[in-house]
Amino acid sequence: MWEVKYEKSQGLTDSKLSYCPGCAHGIIHKLVAESLVELGILDRSIAIASVGCSVFSYQFFNCDAQQAPHGRACALATGVKRVLPDNIVFTYQGDGDLASIGIAETIHAANRGENITVIFINNAIYGMTGGQMAPTSLIGQKTTTSQDGRTQKNHGNPIKISEMFATIEGVAYLERVAAYDPKHVLNAKKAIKKAFQYQMENRGFTMVEVVSTCPVNWGMKPVDAMKWSKEAMEPVYPLGVFKDKGRE
Amino acid sequence: MAKVLMKGNEAIALAAIKGGVDAFYGYPITPQNEVPEYLSKHLLANGKVFLQAESEVSAINMVYGAAGAGKRVMTSSSSPGIALKQEGISYITAAELPCLIVSVMRGGPGLGSIQPSQGDYYQATRGGGNGDYHLIVFAPESIQETIDTIKESFDIADYYRNPVMVLVDGLIGQMMESVDFDRPKKERFVPEKDWATNGTKNHPGRRNIANSLYLDPAELEQHNIKLHQKYEVIKKNETKFELINFDNPEYVIVAYGTMARICRSAIEMLKNEGIEVGMIRPITLFPYPEKAFEQIPENVKGILTCELSMGQMLDDVLIANNGKHKVGFFGRAGGMLPDPEEIVGAIKNFNERVVK
Repeated sequence: MWEVKYEKSQGLTDSKLSYCPGCAHGIIHKLVAESLVELGILDRSIAIASVGCSVFSYQFFNCDAQQAPHGRACALATGVKRVLPDNIVFTYQGDGDLASIGIAETIHAANRGENITVIFINNAIYGMTGGQMAPTSLIGQKTTTSQDGRTQKNHGNPIKISEMFATIEGVAYLERVAAYDPKHVLNAKKAIKKAFQYQMENRGFTMVEVVSTCPVNWGMKPVDAMKWSKEAMEPVYPLGVFKDKGRE
Repeated sequence: MAKVLMKGNEAIALAAIKGGVDAFYGYPITPQNEVPEYLSKHLLANGKVFLQAESEVSAINMVYGAAGAGKRVMTSSSSPGIALKQEGISYITAAELPCLIVSVMRGGPGLGSIQPSQGDYYQATRGGGNGDYHLIVFAPESIQETIDTIKESFDIADYYRNPVMVLVDGLIGQMMESVDFDRPKKERFVPEKDWATNGTKNHPGRRNIANSLYLDPAELEQHNIKLHQKYEVIKKNETKFELINFDNPEYVIVAYGTMARICRSAIEMLKNEGIEVGMIRPITLFPYPEKAFEQIPENVKGILTCELSMGQMLDDVLIANNGKHKVGFFGRAGGMLPDPEEIVGAIKNFNERVVK
């Protein structure tokens, strides 16, 4: 007798993922897809893909999708959600897209309390364009545009999105999670599902920041990259719930 | 509804409501502010969407989102604001989404002035966004014509899945005229938006995607060819112009929008002096009415292009004329408006105006 113990989520298409080995995008895609299926909202969801490695996410999430110009995902999401308030709208953005070129769109969507969910992947580097410095790159981190390491003097400090967004009234739920071990992956799933649950309850802007990896552009093996995200990134980007209006 | 006296910008807003607008996203800029002000009151009161965005960049991307969701959506802005929207306009056009963009031109370049100008002809017809794309650009000369155009614009945008731009200037935006909102509009076939990203439950078995990314060059070329073919159809179907006093003109003026209004007065003044001057008034700037130039009599002494700029439409006049007649130019810029007498003078001294 055969019994299915595990299968790919119906929330993902059959397209082959474009992500590099060891990158956490695949894991996080799975968590988002599973959440949409488990909450029964996949067929009314609209994904907003951003620019960066996740530009192709519109091919992977098994729902309707729009592909946004660089940084503008939250503006598109606002446009969609305002005319289709009964649909579920989420963006999937990296740190260059959200924390650099799209910071204005993201802050104002949060401040308006747009009833959307933002999945924010922070891997401290520009992946798609080949490893340039991101606003979230760590001090001392070597990238193709900070070859001797990021300095506070030249580039400023890494920007802490969750800490900043915790001050915004319109944010209903905000948690920073990680994906470097099974325990944290399971917690990330809980956070993502909760964010969508809050959107279903019209509570306001929800965001989950995922401390992620980029083994190729970090120049590390996948296991070392997971380790680096824990040991180097987590102290700068501490995990936890930054805001939860449901608990207040 | 009987005729009402109404300011241009407010008329633009009400015409959009009559045209069935579901959502407006914009950002304040003079001289178009009465458009969002009017809509903020009347859209929200009727359960429609009005949102003042944090920037023009964001506003046009909200338009992308809502247009992709299948709704009738618009934005309005003025010169520097339209400049900021160019990125989004390129994406919307590439993703083949319909919307209305109203551009109320002011003096430029840079921050320029807030007075009427036609310095954004290139911006409207050549675009500042990347890639091979076109907007369908209407340039009405009166508030009435602006109303009639806007009422029809959503049908046109929906049919071609392409943004329509209504290009006016600060004069049309700010002046008041007696107008009628109930003039019949052309009946057009409006296809169902079965491509809208509104959730797969509305179209089971198919995922709808609004996208402009084609990494495979062969695929992207095909996309460009498809868009080009659409623009060719638009050229064939939508080119619009008016010929004025074209019986036996000595000279022909080419002017659009506010400048055409001023030229009408000049043509009357010249007629009283026994000088017959005709006018080609392009109503669509893309597609440009090149065909109108075929109707210019062989024996005209010249074509005078008149613009509220240093000469932008002039390029299209030179292309359409194709070396056949002498082409001259008269322009005022920076928000300065000419008296009709200046145009009378330019016709009388045409030879001093010849460009090519």
